[in-house]
Amino acid sequence: MTASAKEKRRKPPLGIVTRPGSSLRNKTGPWGILRPVFDWEKCTGCNACESICPEGCVRHLEKKQYEADSEYCKGCGMCAAACRFDAITMEEEHR
Amino acid sequence: MRKMIEGSRAVAEAVGLCRPGVISAYPITPQTHIVEELSQLVADGDIEAEYVRVESEHSAASVCLGAVAGGVRAYSATTSQGLMLMAEVLYNIAGMRLPLVITGVNRAMSAPLSIWNDQQDTLALRDSGWLQLYAENSQEVLDMHIQAYKISEDDRVLLPALVCMDGFILTHTYETVDMPTQEEVDAFLPPYNPLYELDPKDPYTLGAFAGPEMYQEMRYEIQRDALAAKAVVKEVAKDFQAAFGRWMGDVVEPYQCDDAETIYVAMGSVVGTLKDWADIRRERGGKIGVLKLRCYRPFPQDELREALSGAKRVVVLEKAVSVGAYGILSAEIRAALYGQPNTPPVHAAVTGLGGRDVTFEILDEMQERAQAGEMDFFAGLREELLEAS
Repeated sequence: MTASAKEKRRKPPLGIVTRPGSSLRNKTGPWGILRPVFDWEKCTGCNACESICPEGCVRHLEKKQYEADSEYCKGCGMCAAACRFDAITMEEEHR
Repeated sequence: MRKMIEGSRAVAEAVGLCRPGVISAYPITPQTHIVEELSQLVADGDIEAEYVRVESEHSAASVCLGAVAGGVRAYSATTSQGLMLMAEVLYNIAGMRLPLVITGVNRAMSAPLSIWNDQQDTLALRDSGWLQLYAENSQEVLDMHIQAYKISEDDRVLLPALVCMDGFILTHTYETVDMPTQEEVDAFLPPYNPLYELDPKDPYTLGAFAGPEMYQEMRYEIQRDALAAKAVVKEVAKDFQAAFGRWMGDVVEPYQCDDAETIYVAMGSVVGTLKDWADIRRERGGKIGVLKLRCYRPFPQDELREALSGAKRVVVLEKAVSVGAYGILSAEIRAALYGQPNTPPVHAAVTGLGGRDVTFEILDEMQERAQAGEMDFFAGLREELLEAS
């Protein structure tokens, strides 16, 4: 179909077609009230917390160093539950 | 070309003439002959389509959703329990504004299990955003599939269509039909030209999350376009007549309604029975007309008002029941007529459930009871069974 013929057609219905990347635009950090606090004495660097995070926001910085991106962390506690070394505790965040 | 053919086979051949790229279905009585025939046509190379075998109707509908989203014309068929299993996906197909045609073979809902005809199944999906067309005979159901693709794919519509045909009564009987040629169908129905399609080179998200700030507007657009689809249904019926020389009504088809005192309203194959019965009653002086409701969604409110307002009485033959309320069609027709001048009483007669034959005796009973003023009733009940229970 030629471009000129395509221009004559209607726009897609509202909201049907959206561009990828909406998970990055939708900052879910404010949803939560709990935040993971890491105990680096206990952490073995096993990556369990990073791989289980449903938001993909726990990041491996270096050996035995992780951070949970506060812009996206919902405070669900999956990382704490998955940690076999009790190196993560969920603590209430006061903002 | 005219030929004697089983209703299911007529549908399969008509679907083949529409050149779907993907067909996916799960066999379920009485839909089986349609999809068996289509799989045969694909296997024999008569249709250039991918026939995707699946483990359930939910998957069949999902395959079709994906195919249309990928820019390919698709087809499926199901009935009753299978349609209910599809239902979750069907709402999504409508919500994603994907044009698709599915044959809804009409069969009773379980329990008790019944493989026989009524219209409870497709009526359960009346609010889903799917257009619903009901066919009276094999020729009409054949033609309706070709029309349905054209309506559904129209930019003004972009909503899927359920073409409804009565199980066994139409699917398993042989009738003479006029089967169009491939050239004729190609001239009438151009290849599917999607407004948007999934493409890895230009990725987008389809059917994504909509928050409270947007959902309502998206639903409003579905409603607006579904109502506007009525004009497209009419236009396509006219175009079809010009191309193929056949006319069986657009959204409704009146039969002997001009001078009718009592007008019967129904959908599907029972309309043929009603027309024959009305002829017989007319010979005895009864001024009876029949209004076939061909397009149930969008609901032709204005056309029903116009057709029914002059009558003394309207009787709606219901092959389904809204359990705990009463008739489905009659409730909507009463609502359409409410507040209009010369509003006739609208009687709801439930009959033909689970394959019970709708005989002339049952129609006579309906007429007598409506004349006696009964508003909502089951006709053709076997009282001896009820008394024994």
